[in-house]
Amino acid sequence: MKREPNKFEEAGQVLLQEINETGDEPTTQKRSLWSAIAIPVLAILTGLIIGAVLVAATSTSVYEAFEHSFGEGLRTIFIEVFTAYKALFTGSIGDPAKISNALGSGDDRLIRAAFNPFLESLVQATPYIFAGLAVALGFRSGLFNIGVEGQLFIGAACATYVGYAITGLPFIIHMPLAFLAGALGGALWGFIPGLLKATTGGHEVINTIMMNYIAFRLTEWLLSGAMTRPGSGGMPISPLIQESAQIPQFFQSPIRFHLGFFIALGVAWLVWWLLFKTKWGLNLRTVGANPRAAKYAGLSIGKSYAIAMAISGALAGMAGGVQILAVNRSMALGLSSGYGFDSIALALIGNNHPLGVVLTSILFGTLRNGATRMMVVSKIPVDIVDVMQAIILMFVAAPAIIRSLYRLRKPKQEEETAFVSGWGGGQS
Amino acid sequence: MTTRSQIIQRKKIYEIPPTRKLFLGIVELLIALVILLGFVINTEPNTLTRFVMTPGGIDIGKMPDWVIPTLPTLIILTIIPALIGLYQLVRGFGRATNGMVGLSALCLIFGFITWQASGTSVNLAGMFTSAVLLAVPITLGAFSGVLSERAGVVNIAIEGMMLMGSMIGSLIGSITNNAWIGLVGAILSGLLLSLIHAILSIKYKINQVISGTVINIFSAGMTAFISQKYLQTNQALNSPPLFTRIPIPGLAKIPLLGPMFFNTNVFVYLTFILLIVIQVALFSTRWGLRLRSVGEHPRAADTLGIDVIRTRYEAVLLSGIVAGLAGGFFTLGSVGRFNEGMTAGKGFIGLAAMIFGNWRPLGAMGAGLIFGFADAIGSKLLLLGSAIPPQIMAMAPYLITMIVLAGFIGKGDAPAADGEPYEKE
Repeated sequence: MKREPNKFEEAGQVLLQEINETGDEPTTQKRSLWSAIAIPVLAILTGLIIGAVLVAATSTSVYEAFEHSFGEGLRTIFIEVFTAYKALFTGSIGDPAKISNALGSGDDRLIRAAFNPFLESLVQATPYIFAGLAVALGFRSGLFNIGVEGQLFIGAACATYVGYAITGLPFIIHMPLAFLAGALGGALWGFIPGLLKATTGGHEVINTIMMNYIAFRLTEWLLSGAMTRPGSGGMPISPLIQESAQIPQFFQSPIRFHLGFFIALGVAWLVWWLLFKTKWGLNLRTVGANPRAAKYAGLSIGKSYAIAMAISGALAGMAGGVQILAVNRSMALGLSSGYGFDSIALALIGNNHPLGVVLTSILFGTLRNGATRMMVVSKIPVDIVDVMQAIILMFVAAPAIIRSLYRLRKPKQEEETAFVSGWGGGQS
Repeated sequence: MTTRSQIIQRKKIYEIPPTRKLFLGIVELLIALVILLGFVINTEPNTLTRFVMTPGGIDIGKMPDWVIPTLPTLIILTIIPALIGLYQLVRGFGRATNGMVGLSALCLIFGFITWQASGTSVNLAGMFTSAVLLAVPITLGAFSGVLSERAGVVNIAIEGMMLMGSMIGSLIGSITNNAWIGLVGAILSGLLLSLIHAILSIKYKINQVISGTVINIFSAGMTAFISQKYLQTNQALNSPPLFTRIPIPGLAKIPLLGPMFFNTNVFVYLTFILLIVIQVALFSTRWGLRLRSVGEHPRAADTLGIDVIRTRYEAVLLSGIVAGLAGGFFTLGSVGRFNEGMTAGKGFIGLAAMIFGNWRPLGAMGAGLIFGFADAIGSKLLLLGSAIPPQIMAMAPYLITMIVLAGFIGKGDAPAADGEPYEKE
């Protein structure tokens, strides 16, 4: 339905603009720094404590020590937790002793190895930044995109295909082309549920989940058929991408730190600018915050949903693309270790703000990276990170629990974290 | 956003919006077209399709094979959805709209099998039997959704509850070497997770979808953690006894239906018992009326003296019990061991079945059976050596879910206060 905006709609627009400018910026000047980060920081702390409890409770040596004596048991708990978390720290940030030794010796290889844990955490954080931005942009537009995982897979498949099938292009064209192909694939995969929501009101939560499973099967089929690497012997793996499509890594092995991290920061800035500095972003957020008001202001809700889902999908597709082009260099089935679901927790902890997403992504990348080391040292499955993330998310979503645990005062005004409800689909 | 007056109006005159009418009509015509172009054209005249009507490994309730001419059958199957689609476009079916789409879909499925098996035979009874089994977790998941959503709490954590239930069921079943105790463990784990969901979404009023996501992430992580730490390192902890087939005397002898419903897994019986219990409890008791009123209009219910918070707790906890039971099916009723992520989205498909089934137990079961059947066809075609790759076939349940959602949501029977936390004044 197309018609001229009337005076009331214009007045509504102005009003909304004012509301948005004064009220919708909880993380800026008005509150002190501590009150802005208290809840996430305490939530993360609590998550780590509960993780420690899990480590202690599933350790056989703790039980053996308790059979010996109570004091011995406590001591073993301390040692087990300390060893595990020390591995988490040295595996993700670095070992101070090793770093100073390496710097002292001046040996190139030793220095690289000593700094690798920290840089590897940034490598792990890179897909999280893209995926987290995807979810955050969705939330800001009133959409719950659980389909990041599927969009990521499709994005990765598209980037891979352009990466290996097209030959003879120079780097300056081929790499961006492959990356954009990933974004485009993800955008398409996100656009479908967005369009369904806009036209039929089908809830994006279910539809994006279904699209996830379809994406998994589709990539499985592609990798074991059309996109199989010749001579892989039936293994579902794609050919290696051309050198001209690779996102460059800055250092020699084992450091995998690459340009993609900075692309991610740039995209995060771009998303911030789009959301908070353009009229388009204002409209998007208005639809997200209050669809009814947006409708009275003359905005097209369905269009906003469809576009937001496509952009969200594009960001998710970039997550897959960057991982292929910079790190994996070919596509296999075990591409993602649950980036899609992690990114939901991540976006909410980062208050759906691009800066928050970047910081939380670095935290999650660090946790993931450290957990691998923790698995080697203490035999603790990496999935403990998922448990911690769920707990952190729970506390961030329900700040009242954290406040009562740590006796914090209730802020004057509680802000909404996200806007999703029943199956109505936000359509009238 | 749907306003309340619109809902009341829609319930009165039962109007189907014109866009949906058009959409469904086109879908039905497309189905006819697919059967015509996909199957009829590619069929040689005078071929026969043989359907075996006794599932393998069954010796009571046998039935002779059923042989039909392929081409005439397919032509009939083209005409039915074509007529339905035309009528839908011109007049519309009103109340029977959903049923007619279902019928067209059945024509498509049946046509597909007939075409695939032309010239050979296919064990139709075996397919039905496995469809019923595959429908069990979806149906139970849908029941779980009905229970909590009728009271106004969206529960997307069913998937997580199922996953946890399947892991705990396997673990406890293996330790005690008793499938029943394992099942109790599975139910309790679902109950515990639903308690968390209830506390988060009812007491702390956090967004119910986010609360559900918390539980889903937690379950995925926790089950993988315990599985890697214990179940994979010590196989004795991951080999629970299976519930075996229990024939019901007399009824098991009925041809076709006997093997499907009366000589099968205890979970199938439990599903039917739950169907009756939930149907009666929700729609024929005072408790059910109160529960539904809390989901439709909590403020009004509160004014009448109904304890909204307590009712919602009850509903969510019951929902968790059913989801835990559904989880137990995977390890104790079907596979016999726990694999990471083995629920594979069945909880979410259950939610779609709930929506398709109009938030009613009977409808949910019907939808569950359709999804189960779609699943069964996929695995059966693998054995038939179909030209369609198994990965593409495996997409069918998910695609059907999306189509169903696009076609049926917003039909109007969703509890009006679904997803909205209740704040006492």
